[in-house]
Amino acid sequence: MLVLSGILIIVVGFVAGLNPLLVVTLAAFATGLAAGLDPLAVVAALGKAFNDNRYVSVIWIVLPVIGLLERYGLQQRARSLITGLQGATAGRLLIVYLIIRQVSAALGLTSIAGHAQSVRPLVAPMAEAAAERQQPKLADADREHVKAMTAATDNVGLFFGEDIFIAIASILLIKATLASHGIELEPLQLSVWAIPSAIAAFLIHGFRLRRLDRRLAGPAR
Amino acid sequence: MIGLPELYAVAGLLFAVFAWLSLRDRRHAQRWGNAAFWGLLALSFLAGHHLGDMINGLVVLLLVALAGTGRLGTGAAASTGAEARQASADRHGNWLLLPALVIPATAVLGTLFLEDSGLVDDKQVTLVSLGIGVLLALAVAQLWLRPPPLAAFEEGRRLIDSVGWAAILPQMLASLGAVFALAGVGEAVGDIAADIIPEGNRLAAVALFGFGMAGFTMVMGNAFAAFPVMTAAIAVPVLIRHFGGDAAIIGAVGMLAGFCGTLMTPMAANFNIVPAVLLGLRDRNAVVKAQVATALPLLIVNIGIIYIFSFS
Repeated sequence: MLVLSGILIIVVGFVAGLNPLLVVTLAAFATGLAAGLDPLAVVAALGKAFNDNRYVSVIWIVLPVIGLLERYGLQQRARSLITGLQGATAGRLLIVYLIIRQVSAALGLTSIAGHAQSVRPLVAPMAEAAAERQQPKLADADREHVKAMTAATDNVGLFFGEDIFIAIASILLIKATLASHGIELEPLQLSVWAIPSAIAAFLIHGFRLRRLDRRLAGPAR
Repeated sequence: MIGLPELYAVAGLLFAVFAWLSLRDRRHAQRWGNAAFWGLLALSFLAGHHLGDMINGLVVLLLVALAGTGRLGTGAAASTGAEARQASADRHGNWLLLPALVIPATAVLGTLFLEDSGLVDDKQVTLVSLGIGVLLALAVAQLWLRPPPLAAFEEGRRLIDSVGWAAILPQMLASLGAVFALAGVGEAVGDIAADIIPEGNRLAAVALFGFGMAGFTMVMGNAFAAFPVMTAAIAVPVLIRHFGGDAAIIGAVGMLAGFCGTLMTPMAANFNIVPAVLLGLRDRNAVVKAQVATALPLLIVNIGIIYIFSFS
Protein backbone atom coordinates (compact mmCIF):
# COMPACT_ATOMS: atom_id res chain seq x y z
CA MET A 1 0.00 0.00 0.00
CA LEU A 2 3.04 2.27 0.52
CA VAL A 3 3.43 2.54 -3.26
CA LEU A 4 0.22 4.59 -3.24
CA SER A 5 2.10 7.40 -1.45
CA GLY A 6 2.87 8.96 -4.86
CA ILE A 7 -0.83 9.62 -5.40
CA LEU A 8 -1.03 11.37 -2.01
CA ILE A 9 1.98 13.52 -2.96
CA ILE A 10 0.29 14.58 -6.19
CA VAL A 11 -2.83 15.68 -4.30
CA VAL A 12 -0.89 17.56 -1.61
CA GLY A 13 1.46 19.10 -4.18
CA PHE A 14 -1.37 20.42 -6.34
CA VAL A 15 -3.25 21.79 -3.32
CA ALA A 16 -0.04 23.51 -2.15
CA GLY A 17 0.29 25.06 -5.61
CA LEU A 18 3.72 23.62 -6.42
CA ASN A 19 4.89 23.35 -10.03
CA PRO A 20 3.18 20.23 -11.45
CA LEU A 21 6.41 18.96 -13.09
CA LEU A 22 8.08 19.11 -9.67
CA VAL A 23 5.12 17.35 -8.03
CA VAL A 24 5.14 14.59 -10.66
CA THR A 25 8.89 14.04 -10.18
CA LEU A 26 8.57 13.91 -6.38
CA ALA A 27 5.69 11.43 -6.75
CA ALA A 28 7.85 9.26 -9.03
CA PHE A 29 10.66 9.19 -6.46
CA ALA A 30 8.35 8.48 -3.50
CA THR A 31 6.66 5.66 -5.40
CA GLY A 32 9.94 4.17 -6.64
CA LEU A 33 11.56 4.28 -3.20
CA ALA A 34 8.46 2.77 -1.58
CA ALA A 35 8.72 -0.11 -4.05
CA GLY A 36 12.33 -0.72 -2.98
CA LEU A 37 14.15 0.88 -5.94
CA ASP A 38 17.26 2.91 -5.17
CA PRO A 39 17.23 6.62 -6.16
CA LEU A 40 19.54 6.14 -9.17
CA ALA A 41 17.27 3.40 -10.49
CA VAL A 42 14.35 5.83 -10.31
CA VAL A 43 16.38 8.43 -12.27
CA ALA A 44 17.17 5.80 -14.91
CA ALA A 45 13.55 4.63 -15.04
CA LEU A 46 12.34 8.21 -15.50
CA GLY A 47 14.96 8.81 -18.20
CA LYS A 48 14.03 5.66 -20.09
CA ALA A 49 10.29 6.39 -19.87
CA PHE A 50 10.77 10.03 -20.90
CA ASN A 51 12.83 8.93 -23.90
CA ASP A 52 10.35 6.20 -24.89
CA ASN A 53 7.43 8.65 -24.66
CA ARG A 54 8.91 11.46 -26.75
CA TYR A 55 6.17 11.10 -29.34
CA VAL A 56 3.66 12.48 -26.84
CA SER A 57 5.38 15.89 -27.25
CA VAL A 58 5.90 15.65 -31.01
CA ILE A 59 2.61 17.54 -31.60
CA TRP A 60 4.35 20.87 -30.87
CA ILE A 61 5.75 20.83 -34.40
CA VAL A 62 2.37 22.29 -35.47
CA LEU A 63 3.05 25.55 -33.61
CA PRO A 64 5.00 27.42 -36.34
CA VAL A 65 2.14 26.93 -38.85
CA ILE A 66 -0.58 27.88 -36.36
CA GLY A 67 1.46 30.87 -35.15
CA LEU A 68 2.08 32.00 -38.71
CA LEU A 69 -1.64 31.83 -39.52
CA GLU A 70 -2.43 33.75 -36.33
CA ARG A 71 0.01 36.42 -37.48
CA TYR A 72 -2.18 36.80 -40.55
CA GLY A 73 -5.43 36.93 -38.56
CA LEU A 74 -6.65 33.34 -37.99
CA GLN A 75 -8.17 34.24 -34.58
CA GLN A 76 -9.80 37.40 -35.95
CA ARG A 77 -11.33 35.32 -38.75
CA ALA A 78 -12.66 32.77 -36.23
CA ARG A 79 -14.04 35.68 -34.20
CA SER A 80 -15.96 37.16 -37.11
CA LEU A 81 -17.48 33.73 -37.73
CA ILE A 82 -18.96 33.96 -34.22
CA THR A 83 -19.94 37.64 -34.27
CA GLY A 84 -21.98 36.93 -37.38
CA LEU A 85 -24.58 35.49 -35.02
CA GLN A 86 -26.37 38.64 -33.85
CA GLY A 87 -29.78 38.55 -32.23
CA ALA A 88 -29.33 35.13 -30.68
CA THR A 89 -30.41 34.17 -27.16
CA ALA A 90 -27.74 33.30 -24.58
CA GLY A 91 -28.56 29.60 -24.83
CA ARG A 92 -28.60 29.49 -28.63
CA LEU A 93 -25.40 31.53 -28.85
CA LEU A 94 -23.66 29.08 -26.53
CA ILE A 95 -25.01 26.10 -28.51
CA VAL A 96 -23.43 27.53 -31.67
CA TYR A 97 -20.20 28.20 -29.76
CA LEU A 98 -20.30 24.59 -28.50
CA ILE A 99 -20.52 23.33 -32.09
CA ILE A 100 -17.68 25.59 -33.28
CA ARG A 101 -15.50 24.56 -30.31
CA GLN A 102 -16.15 20.84 -30.77
CA VAL A 103 -15.61 20.87 -34.54
CA SER A 104 -12.46 23.01 -34.44
CA ALA A 105 -11.00 20.91 -31.60
CA ALA A 106 -11.79 17.77 -33.61
CA LEU A 107 -9.68 19.26 -36.42
CA GLY A 108 -6.78 19.78 -34.01
CA LEU A 109 -7.35 23.53 -33.72
CA THR A 110 -7.56 23.46 -29.92
CA SER A 111 -5.81 26.78 -29.33
CA ILE A 112 -7.85 29.04 -31.62
CA ALA A 113 -10.29 29.45 -28.73
CA GLY A 114 -10.08 29.24 -24.94
CA HIS A 115 -10.85 31.08 -21.70
CA ALA A 116 -8.31 33.82 -22.32
CA GLN A 117 -8.51 33.98 -26.13
CA SER A 118 -12.26 33.82 -26.73
CA VAL A 119 -14.41 33.30 -23.60
CA ARG A 120 -13.45 36.43 -21.68
CA PRO A 121 -13.05 38.93 -24.53
CA LEU A 122 -15.81 37.65 -26.76
CA VAL A 123 -18.27 34.91 -25.88
CA ALA A 124 -19.02 35.85 -22.26
CA PRO A 125 -19.86 39.51 -23.09
CA MET A 126 -22.03 38.36 -26.00
CA ALA A 127 -23.87 35.80 -23.84
CA GLU A 128 -24.34 38.39 -21.09
CA ALA A 129 -25.70 40.95 -23.55
CA ALA A 130 -28.12 38.38 -24.99
CA ALA A 131 -29.26 37.41 -21.47
CA GLU A 132 -29.95 41.10 -20.69
CA ARG A 133 -32.15 41.30 -23.77
CA GLN A 134 -34.07 38.20 -22.63
CA GLN A 135 -34.38 39.35 -19.01
CA PRO A 136 -34.11 43.15 -18.66
CA LYS A 137 -33.88 42.94 -14.84
CA LEU A 138 -31.20 40.26 -14.88
CA ALA A 139 -30.53 39.09 -11.31
CA ASP A 140 -26.89 38.86 -10.17
CA ALA A 141 -27.18 35.12 -9.62
CA ASP A 142 -28.43 34.65 -13.19
CA ARG A 143 -25.67 36.87 -14.57
CA GLU A 144 -23.06 34.77 -12.75
CA HIS A 145 -24.70 31.60 -13.98
CA VAL A 146 -24.64 32.75 -17.62
CA LYS A 147 -20.93 33.59 -17.35
CA ALA A 148 -20.13 30.30 -15.62
CA MET A 149 -22.04 28.41 -18.33
CA THR A 150 -19.95 30.20 -20.97
CA ALA A 151 -16.74 28.89 -19.44
CA ALA A 152 -18.36 25.47 -18.96
CA THR A 153 -19.38 25.38 -22.64
CA ASP A 154 -15.79 26.07 -23.70
CA ASN A 155 -14.51 23.20 -21.53
CA VAL A 156 -17.17 20.72 -22.68
CA GLY A 157 -16.58 21.63 -26.34
CA LEU A 158 -12.82 21.26 -26.00
CA PHE A 159 -12.78 18.03 -23.98
CA PHE A 160 -15.37 16.26 -26.12
CA GLY A 161 -14.00 17.40 -29.44
CA GLU A 162 -10.23 17.18 -29.17
CA ASP A 163 -9.98 13.39 -28.88
CA ILE A 164 -11.51 13.03 -32.35
CA PHE A 165 -8.25 14.53 -33.65
CA ILE A 166 -5.76 11.72 -34.04
CA ALA A 167 -2.63 13.51 -32.90
CA ILE A 168 -3.76 15.13 -29.67
CA ALA A 169 -1.67 14.43 -26.55
CA SER A 170 -4.37 12.39 -24.80
CA ILE A 171 -4.76 9.99 -27.74
CA LEU A 172 -0.98 9.56 -27.85
CA LEU A 173 -0.94 8.92 -24.10
CA ILE A 174 -3.62 6.21 -24.46
CA LYS A 175 -1.52 4.64 -27.24
CA ALA A 176 1.64 4.82 -25.12
CA THR A 177 -0.02 3.38 -22.01
CA LEU A 178 -1.62 0.45 -23.83
CA ALA A 179 1.65 -0.20 -25.70
CA SER A 180 3.41 -0.57 -22.34
CA HIS A 181 1.00 -3.47 -21.70
CA GLY A 182 1.83 -5.00 -25.09
CA ILE A 183 -1.29 -3.73 -26.89
CA GLU A 184 -0.43 -1.87 -30.12
CA LEU A 185 -3.11 0.45 -31.51
CA GLU A 186 -3.21 3.13 -34.21
CA PRO A 187 -4.43 6.60 -33.13
CA LEU A 188 -7.26 6.48 -35.68
CA GLN A 189 -8.72 3.34 -34.03
CA LEU A 190 -8.92 5.33 -30.78
CA SER A 191 -10.12 8.65 -32.13
CA VAL A 192 -13.20 7.26 -33.93
CA TRP A 193 -14.41 6.05 -30.53
CA ALA A 194 -14.39 9.63 -29.25
CA ILE A 195 -17.25 10.42 -31.66
CA PRO A 196 -20.20 8.79 -29.78
CA SER A 197 -19.25 10.59 -26.55
CA ALA A 198 -18.85 13.86 -28.47
CA ILE A 199 -22.42 13.52 -29.77
CA ALA A 200 -23.69 12.67 -26.27
CA ALA A 201 -21.85 15.68 -24.82
CA PHE A 202 -23.47 17.94 -27.41
CA LEU A 203 -26.96 16.58 -26.69
CA ILE A 204 -26.64 16.76 -22.88
CA HIS A 205 -24.98 20.16 -22.69
CA GLY A 206 -27.15 21.55 -25.51
CA PHE A 207 -30.26 20.47 -23.59
CA ARG A 208 -28.99 22.34 -20.52
CA LEU A 209 -28.37 25.45 -22.63
CA ARG A 210 -31.96 25.30 -23.90
CA ARG A 211 -33.08 25.14 -20.27
CA LEU A 212 -30.94 28.20 -19.56
CA ASP A 213 -32.99 30.09 -22.15
CA ARG A 214 -36.21 28.90 -20.52
CA ARG A 215 -34.96 30.05 -17.12
CA LEU A 216 -34.10 33.48 -18.58
CA ALA A 217 -37.49 33.71 -20.31
CA GLY A 218 -39.30 33.10 -17.00
CA PRO A 219 -40.38 35.81 -14.54
CA ALA A 220 -37.58 37.90 -13.03
CA ARG A 221 -36.33 36.59 -9.70
CA MET B 1 11.46 4.14 -44.57
CA ILE B 2 10.20 7.15 -42.61
CA GLY B 3 9.41 6.60 -38.94
CA LEU B 4 9.77 8.11 -35.51
CA PRO B 5 13.54 8.91 -35.78
CA GLU B 6 12.91 11.32 -38.68
CA LEU B 7 9.98 12.89 -36.83
CA TYR B 8 12.08 13.31 -33.69
CA ALA B 9 14.81 14.95 -35.77
CA VAL B 10 12.30 17.52 -37.10
CA ALA B 11 10.96 18.22 -33.59
CA GLY B 12 14.49 18.35 -32.14
CA LEU B 13 15.62 20.87 -34.74
CA LEU B 14 12.54 22.99 -34.05
CA PHE B 15 13.22 23.01 -30.29
CA ALA B 16 16.86 23.90 -31.05
CA VAL B 17 15.67 26.88 -33.12
CA PHE B 18 13.38 27.96 -30.23
CA ALA B 19 16.42 27.78 -27.90
CA TRP B 20 18.56 29.80 -30.30
CA LEU B 21 15.86 32.47 -30.85
CA SER B 22 15.37 32.74 -27.07
CA LEU B 23 19.10 33.20 -26.56
CA ARG B 24 19.39 36.07 -29.03
CA ASP B 25 16.23 37.78 -27.70
CA ARG B 26 17.92 40.53 -25.65
CA ARG B 27 14.62 41.95 -24.36
CA HIS B 28 13.82 38.59 -22.79
CA ALA B 29 14.51 38.71 -19.02
CA GLN B 30 14.66 34.93 -18.65
CA ARG B 31 16.27 34.07 -21.95
CA TRP B 32 18.90 31.79 -20.38
CA GLY B 33 16.24 29.70 -18.66
CA ASN B 34 14.15 29.37 -21.82
CA ALA B 35 17.20 28.64 -23.99
CA ALA B 36 18.34 25.94 -21.56
CA PHE B 37 14.85 24.38 -21.34
CA TRP B 38 14.20 24.17 -25.10
CA GLY B 39 17.86 23.29 -25.71
CA LEU B 40 17.67 20.31 -23.33
CA LEU B 41 14.44 19.19 -24.98
CA ALA B 42 16.18 19.50 -28.38
CA LEU B 43 19.00 17.32 -27.04
CA SER B 44 16.48 14.72 -25.89
CA PHE B 45 14.74 14.62 -29.28
CA LEU B 46 17.92 14.68 -31.40
CA ALA B 47 20.10 12.32 -29.36
CA GLY B 48 17.93 10.69 -26.65
CA HIS B 49 18.39 7.20 -28.11
CA HIS B 50 22.21 7.52 -27.82
CA LEU B 51 22.34 9.04 -24.34
CA GLY B 52 21.41 6.06 -22.17
CA ASP B 53 18.86 5.93 -19.35
CA MET B 54 20.93 7.74 -16.71
CA ILE B 55 21.78 10.75 -18.91
CA ASN B 56 18.18 10.95 -20.10
CA GLY B 57 17.13 10.87 -16.44
CA LEU B 58 19.48 13.75 -15.69
CA VAL B 59 18.01 15.69 -18.63
CA VAL B 60 14.56 15.16 -17.08
CA LEU B 61 15.75 16.35 -13.67
CA LEU B 62 17.32 19.47 -15.23
CA LEU B 63 14.12 20.26 -17.15
CA VAL B 64 12.10 19.87 -13.94
CA ALA B 65 14.59 21.99 -11.97
CA LEU B 66 14.37 24.82 -14.54
CA ALA B 67 10.56 24.73 -14.46
CA GLY B 68 10.30 24.19 -10.70
CA THR B 69 12.50 27.19 -9.88
CA GLY B 70 10.61 29.51 -12.20
CA ARG B 71 13.37 29.99 -14.77
CA LEU B 72 10.98 30.06 -17.71
CA GLY B 73 9.39 33.23 -19.05
CA THR B 74 7.76 34.66 -22.13
CA GLY B 75 10.01 36.12 -24.77
CA ALA B 76 9.48 39.16 -26.96
CA ALA B 77 8.91 37.28 -30.19
CA ALA B 78 8.38 39.56 -33.19
CA SER B 79 4.72 39.46 -34.22
CA THR B 80 1.98 41.68 -35.61
CA GLY B 81 -0.53 43.81 -33.68
CA ALA B 82 -4.30 43.38 -33.45
CA GLU B 83 -5.03 45.98 -36.16
CA ALA B 84 -2.70 44.46 -38.73
CA ARG B 85 -4.18 41.06 -38.00
CA GLN B 86 -7.75 42.28 -38.41
CA ALA B 87 -6.85 43.90 -41.74
CA SER B 88 -5.15 40.72 -42.87
CA ALA B 89 -8.12 38.61 -41.73
CA ASP B 90 -10.48 40.81 -43.76
CA ARG B 91 -8.20 40.62 -46.80
CA HIS B 92 -7.63 36.85 -46.77
CA GLY B 93 -11.09 35.78 -45.59
CA ASN B 94 -11.91 32.18 -44.77
CA TRP B 95 -8.99 30.99 -46.92
CA LEU B 96 -6.90 31.49 -43.77
CA LEU B 97 -8.48 28.35 -42.36
CA LEU B 98 -7.28 26.28 -45.31
CA PRO B 99 -3.59 25.72 -44.40
CA ALA B 100 -4.72 24.83 -40.86
CA LEU B 101 -7.05 22.20 -42.34
CA VAL B 102 -4.25 20.74 -44.50
CA ILE B 103 -2.73 19.25 -41.32
CA PRO B 104 -5.63 17.05 -40.12
CA ALA B 105 -6.58 16.21 -43.73
CA THR B 106 -3.07 14.95 -44.51
CA ALA B 107 -2.94 13.07 -41.21
CA VAL B 108 -6.20 11.23 -41.95
CA LEU B 109 -5.47 10.55 -45.65
CA GLY B 110 -1.92 9.41 -44.85
CA THR B 111 -3.21 7.05 -42.18
CA LEU B 112 -5.66 5.53 -44.64
CA PHE B 113 -3.40 5.27 -47.70
CA LEU B 114 0.25 5.08 -46.58
CA GLU B 115 -0.16 1.91 -44.52
CA ASP B 116 1.51 -1.11 -46.18
CA SER B 117 3.09 1.24 -48.75
CA GLY B 118 6.56 0.37 -47.51
CA LEU B 119 7.43 4.07 -47.37
CA VAL B 120 6.44 4.60 -43.77
CA ASP B 121 6.86 2.66 -40.52
CA ASP B 122 3.49 0.86 -40.27
CA LYS B 123 3.22 1.37 -36.51
CA GLN B 124 3.65 5.14 -36.79
CA VAL B 125 1.66 5.97 -39.93
CA THR B 126 -0.52 8.61 -38.26
CA LEU B 127 2.28 10.54 -36.60
CA VAL B 128 4.43 10.48 -39.72
CA SER B 129 1.44 11.64 -41.79
CA LEU B 130 0.87 14.44 -39.30
CA GLY B 131 4.50 15.50 -39.73
CA ILE B 132 4.11 15.50 -43.50
CA GLY B 133 0.91 17.54 -43.11
CA VAL B 134 2.71 20.12 -40.97
CA LEU B 135 5.51 20.54 -43.52
CA LEU B 136 2.94 20.75 -46.34
CA ALA B 137 0.86 23.38 -44.51
CA LEU B 138 4.00 25.35 -43.70
CA ALA B 139 5.03 25.29 -47.38
CA VAL B 140 1.54 26.44 -48.48
CA ALA B 141 1.50 29.27 -45.91
CA GLN B 142 5.04 30.39 -46.82
CA LEU B 143 4.33 30.47 -50.56
CA TRP B 144 0.95 32.16 -50.19
CA LEU B 145 1.53 34.68 -47.40
CA ARG B 146 5.25 35.36 -48.03
CA PRO B 147 6.10 36.16 -44.38
CA PRO B 148 9.51 37.58 -43.38
CA PRO B 149 12.23 34.95 -42.94
CA LEU B 150 12.15 33.31 -39.47
CA ALA B 151 8.59 34.61 -38.91
CA ALA B 152 7.18 31.07 -38.66
CA PHE B 153 9.76 30.16 -36.02
CA GLU B 154 9.27 33.41 -34.07
CA GLU B 155 5.50 32.82 -34.08
CA GLY B 156 6.09 29.22 -33.02
CA ARG B 157 8.30 30.46 -30.17
CA ARG B 158 5.58 32.92 -29.12
CA LEU B 159 3.15 30.00 -28.78
CA ILE B 160 5.54 27.52 -27.13
CA ASP B 161 6.54 30.22 -24.60
CA SER B 162 2.88 30.73 -23.73
CA VAL B 163 2.55 26.98 -23.16
CA GLY B 164 5.83 26.96 -21.21
CA TRP B 165 6.80 24.01 -19.01
CA ALA B 166 3.27 22.56 -19.48
CA ALA B 167 4.49 21.49 -22.95
CA ILE B 168 6.17 18.44 -21.41
CA LEU B 169 3.60 17.73 -18.67
CA PRO B 170 1.77 15.01 -20.68
CA GLN B 171 5.11 13.34 -21.50
CA MET B 172 6.11 13.55 -17.82
CA LEU B 173 2.78 12.07 -16.71
CA ALA B 174 3.31 9.22 -19.19
CA SER B 175 6.75 8.72 -17.61
CA LEU B 176 5.22 8.79 -14.12
CA GLY B 177 2.85 6.11 -15.39
CA ALA B 178 5.88 3.99 -16.31
CA VAL B 179 7.38 4.40 -12.82
CA PHE B 180 3.97 3.61 -11.30
CA ALA B 181 3.88 0.46 -13.46
CA LEU B 182 7.40 -0.52 -12.32
CA ALA B 183 6.42 -0.02 -8.67
CA GLY B 184 3.13 -1.90 -9.04
CA VAL B 185 0.75 0.98 -8.25
CA GLY B 186 -1.83 -0.30 -10.74
CA GLU B 187 -1.69 -3.75 -9.13
CA ALA B 188 -2.14 -2.21 -5.66
CA VAL B 189 -5.24 -0.34 -6.87
CA GLY B 190 -6.26 -3.49 -8.79
CA ASP B 191 -6.12 -5.54 -5.56
CA ILE B 192 -8.47 -3.07 -3.92
CA ALA B 193 -10.70 -3.17 -7.01
CA ALA B 194 -10.70 -7.00 -7.03
CA ASP B 195 -12.15 -6.95 -3.51
CA ILE B 196 -14.94 -4.64 -4.65
CA ILE B 197 -15.93 -6.18 -8.00
CA PRO B 198 -18.28 -9.15 -7.58
CA GLU B 199 -16.81 -12.21 -9.36
CA GLY B 200 -17.70 -12.34 -13.06
CA ASN B 201 -19.79 -9.15 -12.96
CA ARG B 202 -18.88 -7.30 -16.16
CA LEU B 203 -21.11 -4.30 -15.53
CA ALA B 204 -19.64 -3.76 -12.06
CA ALA B 205 -16.12 -3.94 -13.52
CA VAL B 206 -16.92 -1.42 -16.29
CA ALA B 207 -18.67 0.90 -13.82
CA LEU B 208 -15.74 0.76 -11.40
CA PHE B 209 -13.34 1.56 -14.26
CA GLY B 210 -15.44 4.55 -15.38
CA PHE B 211 -16.09 5.95 -11.90
CA GLY B 212 -12.48 5.18 -10.98
CA MET B 213 -11.21 7.17 -13.97
CA ALA B 214 -13.43 10.12 -13.03
CA GLY B 215 -12.61 9.85 -9.33
CA PHE B 216 -8.85 9.56 -9.77
CA THR B 217 -8.97 12.47 -12.23
CA MET B 218 -10.81 14.58 -9.67
CA VAL B 219 -8.18 13.78 -7.06
CA MET B 220 -5.16 14.33 -9.32
CA GLY B 221 -6.70 17.15 -11.36
CA ASN B 222 -5.72 15.49 -14.61
CA ALA B 223 -7.05 12.54 -16.59
CA PHE B 224 -3.55 11.96 -17.99
CA ALA B 225 -2.29 10.99 -14.53
CA ALA B 226 -5.30 8.79 -13.77
CA PHE B 227 -5.25 6.86 -17.04
CA PRO B 228 -2.07 4.76 -16.57
CA VAL B 229 -3.14 3.79 -13.03
CA MET B 230 -6.67 2.70 -13.95
CA THR B 231 -5.40 0.97 -17.10
CA ALA B 232 -3.02 -1.19 -15.08
CA ALA B 233 -5.55 -1.69 -12.27
CA ILE B 234 -8.74 -2.58 -14.15
CA ALA B 235 -8.73 -1.97 -17.93
CA VAL B 236 -5.97 -4.41 -18.93
CA PRO B 237 -6.24 -7.21 -16.32
CA VAL B 238 -10.03 -7.29 -15.93
CA LEU B 239 -11.77 -5.69 -18.94
CA ILE B 240 -9.34 -6.62 -21.74
CA ARG B 241 -7.61 -9.84 -20.55
CA HIS B 242 -10.35 -11.41 -18.43
CA PHE B 243 -13.52 -10.32 -20.26
CA GLY B 244 -11.92 -9.98 -23.73
CA GLY B 245 -13.02 -6.36 -24.25
CA ASP B 246 -11.95 -4.14 -27.18
CA ALA B 247 -8.85 -2.21 -26.07
CA ALA B 248 -9.46 0.72 -28.45
CA ILE B 249 -12.97 1.42 -27.09
CA ILE B 250 -11.99 0.89 -23.45
CA GLY B 251 -8.94 3.15 -23.82
CA ALA B 252 -10.58 5.95 -25.80
CA VAL B 253 -13.85 6.13 -23.88
CA GLY B 254 -12.10 5.49 -20.55
CA MET B 255 -10.05 8.65 -21.09
CA LEU B 256 -13.28 10.56 -21.82
CA ALA B 257 -14.78 9.24 -18.56
CA GLY B 258 -11.72 10.83 -16.96
CA PHE B 259 -12.49 14.11 -18.73
CA CYS B 260 -15.91 14.04 -17.00
CA GLY B 261 -13.93 14.04 -13.76
CA THR B 262 -11.89 17.03 -14.97
CA LEU B 263 -15.14 18.98 -15.30
CA MET B 264 -16.00 18.30 -11.64
CA THR B 265 -12.81 19.24 -9.80
CA PRO B 266 -11.20 22.50 -8.66
CA MET B 267 -7.87 20.63 -8.94
CA ALA B 268 -8.02 21.18 -12.71
CA ALA B 269 -7.30 24.83 -12.05
CA ASN B 270 -6.51 25.97 -15.58
CA PHE B 271 -9.92 24.83 -16.83
CA ASN B 272 -12.12 25.52 -13.82
CA ILE B 273 -10.59 28.15 -11.53
CA VAL B 274 -8.72 30.36 -14.03
CA PRO B 275 -11.89 31.19 -16.06
CA ALA B 276 -13.79 32.00 -12.84
CA VAL B 277 -11.06 34.51 -12.04
CA LEU B 278 -10.89 35.80 -15.63
CA LEU B 279 -14.66 36.36 -15.67
CA GLY B 280 -14.68 38.00 -12.23
CA LEU B 281 -17.09 35.46 -10.68
CA ARG B 282 -17.64 35.82 -6.92
CA ASP B 283 -17.76 32.05 -6.43
CA ARG B 284 -14.47 30.52 -7.53
CA ASN B 285 -16.18 27.16 -7.91
CA ALA B 286 -19.03 28.53 -10.04
CA VAL B 287 -17.65 26.94 -13.22
CA VAL B 288 -17.28 23.52 -11.54
CA LYS B 289 -20.86 23.80 -10.23
CA ALA B 290 -22.14 24.76 -13.69
CA GLN B 291 -20.44 21.67 -15.15
CA VAL B 292 -21.58 18.92 -12.76
CA ALA B 293 -25.02 18.53 -14.35
CA THR B 294 -23.36 17.91 -17.74
CA ALA B 295 -20.50 15.78 -16.43
CA LEU B 296 -22.47 13.24 -14.38
CA PRO B 297 -24.94 12.11 -17.09
CA LEU B 298 -22.09 12.12 -19.60
CA LEU B 299 -20.06 9.85 -17.31
CA ILE B 300 -22.97 7.39 -17.20
CA VAL B 301 -23.21 7.53 -21.03
CA ASN B 302 -19.47 6.81 -21.36
CA ILE B 303 -19.74 3.82 -19.03
CA GLY B 304 -22.71 2.65 -21.11
CA ILE B 305 -20.73 3.00 -24.37
CA ILE B 306 -17.90 0.84 -22.99
CA TYR B 307 -20.33 -1.73 -21.61
CA ILE B 308 -22.40 -2.03 -24.79
CA PHE B 309 -19.77 -1.79 -27.55
CA SER B 310 -16.53 -3.30 -26.21
CA PHE B 311 -17.82 -6.80 -25.68
CA SER B 312 -19.81 -7.36 -28.87
